[in-house]
Amino acid sequence: MAERAFDTGRRPQWCPGCGNYGILAAVRLALAELGLRREEVVAVSGIGCHGRITEYLDVNAFHAIHGRAVPVAEGVKLANPGLTVLVHTGDGDAYSIGLSHLLHAARRNADIKVIVHDNMVYALTAGQAGPTTPRGVRTRSTPAGNTEEPFNPILLLLASGATFVARGFSDDVQHLKELIKRAVRHRGFAVIDVLQPCPTFYDSRPLLREKVYRLSGRGASSLREALELALEADRIPIGVIYEAERPTFEESFAHARVPPALRGAAKPDLSGLLARFL
Amino acid sequence: MAGGELSILVGGPAGAGVFATGSIAARALLYHGYSVFATNEYPSLIRGGHQWVLVRARMGEPVYAHRRRLDAILALDAETIRLHAGRLSEGGLVVCDERVAERAHGGRVLALPLVELAREAGAPPVAANVVGLGALLAAAGGRLEPLLEAVRRHYRGRGDLAEANARAASLGYREGSRAGLALGARIAYAPRGGRLLLDGNSAVALGALAGGMSFFAAYPITPASPMLHLLAEVQRELGIVVVQAECELAAINMAIGAAYAGARAVVATSGPGFSLMAESLGEAAMAEVPIVVVDVQRAGPSTGLPTHTAQGDLRFAIHASHGEFPRAVIAPGDPVEAYELACEALNIAWLLQVPVVLLTDKFLGESYWTVDGLPEVGPAEGSVVRGRAPSGYARYAITGDGVSPMLVPGSEGARVYANTNEHDEHGYVTTDPTTVKAMQEKRFRKLAKLREMAEREGVKTYGSGSVALLVWGSTKMVALEALRELSGVKVVQVVWLEPFPAGALRRALEGCREVLVAENNATGQLASLVRQHLLLEPRAVLLRYDGRPLEPEELVEFVRGAGCG
Repeated sequence: MAERAFDTGRRPQWCPGCGNYGILAAVRLALAELGLRREEVVAVSGIGCHGRITEYLDVNAFHAIHGRAVPVAEGVKLANPGLTVLVHTGDGDAYSIGLSHLLHAARRNADIKVIVHDNMVYALTAGQAGPTTPRGVRTRSTPAGNTEEPFNPILLLLASGATFVARGFSDDVQHLKELIKRAVRHRGFAVIDVLQPCPTFYDSRPLLREKVYRLSGRGASSLREALELALEADRIPIGVIYEAERPTFEESFAHARVPPALRGAAKPDLSGLLARFL
Repeated sequence: MAGGELSILVGGPAGAGVFATGSIAARALLYHGYSVFATNEYPSLIRGGHQWVLVRARMGEPVYAHRRRLDAILALDAETIRLHAGRLSEGGLVVCDERVAERAHGGRVLALPLVELAREAGAPPVAANVVGLGALLAAAGGRLEPLLEAVRRHYRGRGDLAEANARAASLGYREGSRAGLALGARIAYAPRGGRLLLDGNSAVALGALAGGMSFFAAYPITPASPMLHLLAEVQRELGIVVVQAECELAAINMAIGAAYAGARAVVATSGPGFSLMAESLGEAAMAEVPIVVVDVQRAGPSTGLPTHTAQGDLRFAIHASHGEFPRAVIAPGDPVEAYELACEALNIAWLLQVPVVLLTDKFLGESYWTVDGLPEVGPAEGSVVRGRAPSGYARYAITGDGVSPMLVPGSEGARVYANTNEHDEHGYVTTDPTTVKAMQEKRFRKLAKLREMAEREGVKTYGSGSVALLVWGSTKMVALEALRELSGVKVVQVVWLEPFPAGALRRALEGCREVLVAENNATGQLASLVRQHLLLEPRAVLLRYDGRPLEPEELVEFVRGAGCG
């Protein structure tokens, strides 16, 4: 039953073995298990192979331009805090062209749930190195091997004040599903860096299968511990790395008692304001 | 001339309270019953440099713009005298502190111990400016009460400052009365209540609020920030969301997200920020999300002159973003139009689900005019449908007028899928040539309604004559001021720039023997639109691109020089 929930009925078109299949399955299962209805959810996607997910995930959706899914999602949530707002974005979308938005949303604790489809390569543009491509990897833009140091997204997000930072693995669908459920239940900004193989342009599956391990328990109990987990290099922990509580971005707009999206075409009483100009 | 007209310049370094003094002077004259105009010039600095406010007042008739001639200068430093004293009329007067006067040469100078008097009033030294204003008003035969009312209003809610400054103004007024150095121009008193002193930026913010704006996002930028400041201040009282984004890309994308969700959203910026927003203008157009972008133009290119005016973004606003899509570009020329058109911009956006660009400029945005009243305008729901989705609902349904009923996320029974990829009626990505063509044609069918509005409201004519002086935006005000000295000339203002109201403009120019164009840019962008749409070569084009608004005097010279007027 749950497997067929949130299905638009369109057949997904990704390469065989693409990590996006696992992420799509996990998010569908998570939404179903959370008991959400499609009308209550908005998924904003960016540009990249991940972007097609809004074709297949049967919730309200906005397929935005490259790099700007996060601010679109922040706008949706501010306008109607009653909606559950997901962002599907890629490593190029979130960590390169749209990086600043991600970090600012983290700092503000915007109540959006960001799922980064991190395949460590630009795939939709047919194979160039990206901000998380490991050193030495050969791509079409790095034929002699990538010479640039990749970002450590977990470290970056922890430093930016994110109140929920997790890492998932697209091949571990059940585990990822639980992460997504926790992210949606978290009050405030949640980000899951989902490691995914790209069998066509950077097949990290053997490496990921070897290095990934599930964190036991509920992750780090302090930011300091979380930073240590983020710095772990020999093995790759997946799970909730860090979770904290802080007032959300939307709470600072509690004065908008009628959500902006639901006000309709109403003219406010401007007499008090106009008196300033007398 | 008793009571007719008066021009006062307040000048000094940044930090000397030049703007505060100018604002108080403008209000004091407003309360005397004058129609008042105030404009300013300042460098992109927080301390130092030279800045000024020019306050012009006219009794009985509206005042549209600045003039070169000054009746009085309140100089808060010697630099002000050096730069502006040459513009003083006969009988004109400089009011300044004694120490400043020592460094000034010639002219009629009313030198008083302004700083000393401020101290005597128990006010901070910076209140020397209000002391000087009191003295200036006294020398011109003005009354103290309207000045005190203006001072108290300016410092309202700021504790002891209000009374301290009122005392300072009174002392200045007393000393000015005793000095026996009268100003040639005399101030009359014929008070009329209920009038507003309104700047273009505030007018846009107020108009957007009147249009039901519930979401505003901006990144700080001169000269658009005053809108952010005003709205940030009143958001609690009005229950709206006002966000300072991390950049203009974020601002417009937040607004697009909010509008997709159902909020009437506006962003405001200036040229550099508008450049950054260009890609998202097309995003809104493709996703058919209603959005209003206010571009308060400043002098470019690039960082250019951040605090100076220009009308250089016209062609850019018409063409910004890649690909082709319908949009509206409208340019108010004064605060009343700014109010009206900001409201209308939201209504157009929400009726047709298109991006609307409201083009103003620094001169309109940061100058003040006397406004007798604001028109009764308000929001129309447009094409948004609230409530349960009809069966088979398609967000991008192909319709006769190109407008698809817009449900918002959360509507029962609907999946609202907005897509910046080309898409089918339900929002799904498509590359099918038939669908691609049909969707492009559907979007462009909105142009019919836009054209209709542009033809109906896009051209305004002032005065009559066989010579037409074509202007757009705030240049209208300069032209109306010049028109007082011209005969046989009418001012034709193009309000809608895209779609271009070719028919209405052709009718406005019917029977004209000459067509002249004046605008605040280097290439004659309105003139180029006239050539393009009317196949008409203007007789002459006056361009100003030094960061300053055109002056009525140069417009008069231009019209006469072209053998007209």
